[in-house]
Amino acid sequence: MIEGRLRVPESVKAGEPFEVRVLILHPMENGFRHDAGGREIPVHIVNRVACTYGGREVFSVDLGTGVSANPYFIFFVRAGQGGELKVEWADDTGERGSASANVHVA
Amino acid sequence: MKRRIFILLGALFPFAVRGQGFSSPADAAKWIAETTGGAIPGKAGIEIELPQIAENGNAVPLHIRVASAMTPAEHVKAIHVFAERNPRPRVATFHLGPDAGRADIMTRVRLGGTQGVTVLAELSGGRWRVAAQNVLVTTGACLDEGSL
Amino acid sequence: MWLSALFAAFTAVSGIEYQGDAVKAMQADSFGNPGLLWVDRGAELWKQKCAGCHGEIASMKGVSARYPRHSAPLGRVVDLEQRIQACMPGLAWESRDLLGLTALVARQSNGLPISVDVSGPAAAAYDRGRSLYLERQGQLHLACTNCHDANVGKTLLSEPISQGQPADWPAYRLEWQSLGSLQRRLRACYFGVRAEMPAFGADDLVALELYLADRAKGLAASVPGVRR
Repeated sequence: MIEGRLRVPESVKAGEPFEVRVLILHPMENGFRHDAGGREIPVHIVNRVACTYGGREVFSVDLGTGVSANPYFIFFVRAGQGGELKVEWADDTGERGSASANVHVA
Repeated sequence: MKRRIFILLGALFPFAVRGQGFSSPADAAKWIAETTGGAIPGKAGIEIELPQIAENGNAVPLHIRVASAMTPAEHVKAIHVFAERNPRPRVATFHLGPDAGRADIMTRVRLGGTQGVTVLAELSGGRWRVAAQNVLVTTGACLDEGSL
Repeated sequence: MWLSALFAAFTAVSGIEYQGDAVKAMQADSFGNPGLLWVDRGAELWKQKCAGCHGEIASMKGVSARYPRHSAPLGRVVDLEQRIQACMPGLAWESRDLLGLTALVARQSNGLPISVDVSGPAAAAYDRGRSLYLERQGQLHLACTNCHDANVGKTLLSEPISQGQPADWPAYRLEWQSLGSLQRRLRACYFGVRAEMPAFGADDLVALELYLADRAKGLAASVPGVRR
């Protein structure tokens, strides 16, 4: 389970875009580092992050090794009816993680 | 002032400025043409923010803003990020749509050395916009090579 | 002696002041500071393993500001990591769990001035720390004071030299792409002058931490720090 944290505003206005922040714990090994014994540490990255809201995917990222360790994304989502906003992520070994928050539409 | 000190240092100690490690930059123009299928991107309506000088290439903040009402008729579909001197220049692709409400993204990227970063926005209707900026990536003296 | 005159005029300045705008913004980001990923883990562990005896995490306010300190039950000066290890055996140095708990406890003292006791049973460790700080070491034959007092603010290969203050540790170092302890950073300094690195938990490292904490007297903590 890949850990991470998610933030959405306390309350949002219907129809208005609101800010979503997600920070994921992951070394994002790019395959170019070596361990103490001189061996190459293999590539190991989160390669996909997807945000669903109101049952629809509203934002996603295809990540490469050029994204920093502990990936951080700030993006926007348009407020609809409220309900659950969920962000899911997966790495190249198949390991997954997610975080969700309830969006209150004022 | 910091920039002038940096340039002077760069002249005296050329190894202080990373970036000459990779022989030649990948062709950003070629990548743009491949990605857009030959369509020429416009330069208006897209802004990117990167530091002029990045103290460490491991985490460089990148802020992208594309001007768009994000309606079903007119919206940003995707944003592609390219770092010409990275060993793998394709950094990330963001997928948006009208439900995003705003094409405004911030993230942190890894830059393997001083280089140009190019951002391509793909809009509905087959239109494209591009922005690019050079980032000077410095390296410090007190590196421990990540040793524990 | 001229060194005393140097210290007499000394005002402690946090290392964050010697970082660029991007790093400053990263540390100040109350959500996106990468060190918070470790704090989250610490909070989880606290609920599971610590709250039973210690109650709410807020009860740790002011504790970290007094570390390192002499522990009567342990019979020696310990830093915060070692105190946590004594409470909860099996936490390895630089493990996610130990870093998480240390950062969680340390940040309860954020904004409070560092205030360590170097008298009585801590005096020997303080003296040892001070002499290590002033002693030239390694192939580069440099003492801490040569950079962190005599050349503060000057640049070393484009990087401004800080005072080497401990207040914002554990910190997320961009070079490590991870949160790390102050002991890890001190070991890196030994590496920097090409000296043999003391082992994690070595008496010399704790002595140095104690000296640095006293030198930082009055400086407010801000954990997790972010450094390049």
